[in-house]
Amino acid sequence: MPQLELRSVTLMNIASGRQAAPARWQAYLRRALCAMLLALVAAPAAAQLTIEITGAGEKRLPIAIVPLAGEGVLPASISSIVRADLERSGLFRGIEIPVMQPHPTETSNVDYAEWRARLADALVLGSVATRPDGKFEVRFRLFDVVKQTPAGGVAYTLTREQVRATAHRIADYVYEKLTGEKGVFSTKIAYVVKRGTVYELQIADADGANGFFVLRSNEPILSPVWSPNGSQLAYVSFEQKKPIVYVHSLRDGRRRVVANFKGSNSAPAWAPDGNTLAVTLSRDGGSQLFLVNPDGSNVRRLTRTSAIDTEPRFSPDGQFIYFTSDRGGSPQVYRMPAGGGAAQRITFDGDYNVSPRVSPDGKRLAFIHRSSGRYQAALLDLDTRQLQILTDSARDESPSFAPNGRMILFATVIGGRGVLSAVSADGRVKQRLTVAAGDVREPAWGPFIQ
Amino acid sequence: MRAFWIAVLCAMLAACASTDEQAAAGVEDRKPGTEARGVEAGGPSGVGLTDAQRAALTNPSSPLSKRSIFYDFDKYDVKAEYRPLVEAHAQFLRDNSSLKILIQGNTDDRGSREYNIALGQRRSDGVKKMMILLGVHEDQVEAVSLGEEKPRALGSTEDAWAQNRRSDILYPGEY
Repeated sequence: MPQLELRSVTLMNIASGRQAAPARWQAYLRRALCAMLLALVAAPAAAQLTIEITGAGEKRLPIAIVPLAGEGVLPASISSIVRADLERSGLFRGIEIPVMQPHPTETSNVDYAEWRARLADALVLGSVATRPDGKFEVRFRLFDVVKQTPAGGVAYTLTREQVRATAHRIADYVYEKLTGEKGVFSTKIAYVVKRGTVYELQIADADGANGFFVLRSNEPILSPVWSPNGSQLAYVSFEQKKPIVYVHSLRDGRRRVVANFKGSNSAPAWAPDGNTLAVTLSRDGGSQLFLVNPDGSNVRRLTRTSAIDTEPRFSPDGQFIYFTSDRGGSPQVYRMPAGGGAAQRITFDGDYNVSPRVSPDGKRLAFIHRSSGRYQAALLDLDTRQLQILTDSARDESPSFAPNGRMILFATVIGGRGVLSAVSADGRVKQRLTVAAGDVREPAWGPFIQ
Repeated sequence: MRAFWIAVLCAMLAACASTDEQAAAGVEDRKPGTEARGVEAGGPSGVGLTDAQRAALTNPSSPLSKRSIFYDFDKYDVKAEYRPLVEAHAQFLRDNSSLKILIQGNTDDRGSREYNIALGQRRSDGVKKMMILLGVHEDQVEAVSLGEEKPRALGSTEDAWAQNRRSDILYPGEY
């Protein structure tokens, strides 16, 4: 049974205080200039997501992830999942582990010279024990082989259903210790799959596993966006033969209409506090931005132009709304105070810049840029104004930042089929996500799990 | 977990049921079968067509049987060749003032889906405005956009794109 939300697992820090990630590794990883965080494997049932890596980092940190002693009692190998997560990040390379007698655990004395000889820079050792109540206890410890010192460790209590979730948490822990950044292996992605005339709004783990649908319809579904705490999705559904904005609780499956006014209702965006949505409504004629409470109350108009104003997104601090407008003659990205006021043009390069998404740190803007008839994911540094085209494809849509800002997930078309693609923020590393016999589109990367 | 799935299935069944009802009853009820606090009743909830109205609208020799207005790339104005079509429907709506229609704007599939919803809205809004200038009451017309989501023609050819840059006029029972 797929799992929607990670249940709480017991965390005990068995390391004596957190140690800063070794400076050498951080420099190493910065040089590597890549992060592949969308880790995808063949998934069960609904999703059937498959991953194809089309690029990787130049330099990857060699890490030895030794099978946890006794992990054979679990339905899946935690060490294999951790290794797969880290490798798909593009920042790490798992080294092959020989058979060792006796099998080392987190309490073993580490022979650093031996691991250096195997060219490992980092080492993970651990064990799995079955508790009297039928649950499992997983302990692991991370070692800095170069500095010959322990670098942290955690113990988790888990059920059989939590094996993958626990492995992702271990991968997040190792990733953060070694890179200094939060990992996104425990996060979720939402996306829409179209098969024939059937549309499904699906959610999967960030590695593509455990996919399931939250809404199935014979009419289009688009523009899913996660509430800041990850408990709800807002989206546009055509099930009533016109675009209407809904909020869908992932806890109990209940849906609520947020905006169903005369005309079209679309482009929902959550304010960072989760208490307000920005939407595009045509109820007064044209397409204009409005604010509305998640229960559909307190509708107030935000823009008042004769132009198209749509695709709103709040800045992470909630102060501004970025949006697409053709008020200057061509669709460009603008920014305005979230409470209303004068808008400032943000994009100038080219005559079609749409679908703005602000990075989690608020410093960069991802959007879709048209050039020579090609629609490509692009990234603008909001300070330096430097524009970077991230792809060489032609039909990119709907960019979405990973919550740590390292990757941008977007929809594109390859061989006539809709697929998802992920690109590192420097454009070097790319992954492709396809679904068997269907089009995938409208990706939305969920927030960090609290 | 089981409770979650039951809830999801119930929500889906509820959604399916309301859709089926709607299909069976034409456009009698356009309100979704979900909780809708603070939401205006949107769109035409018009009465069904009489046999005479249906006959008038489907007579192949009448301009009323034509329902689609096509556009040039990046254009939103009703071209001269479609004026008689819009005028015929405006006249019909004036003569049948209890009738309500839906105008769906559409675009080709290039570019942003959300931006295309706004572009399709500009097309349907243009037809609606023209009808109101021709004396149709505003309450009789709802202009919406389907963006690029419901293409009539598939493919990335100029011919397919031209068929998809379109506004459609729909009467009760037709959507």
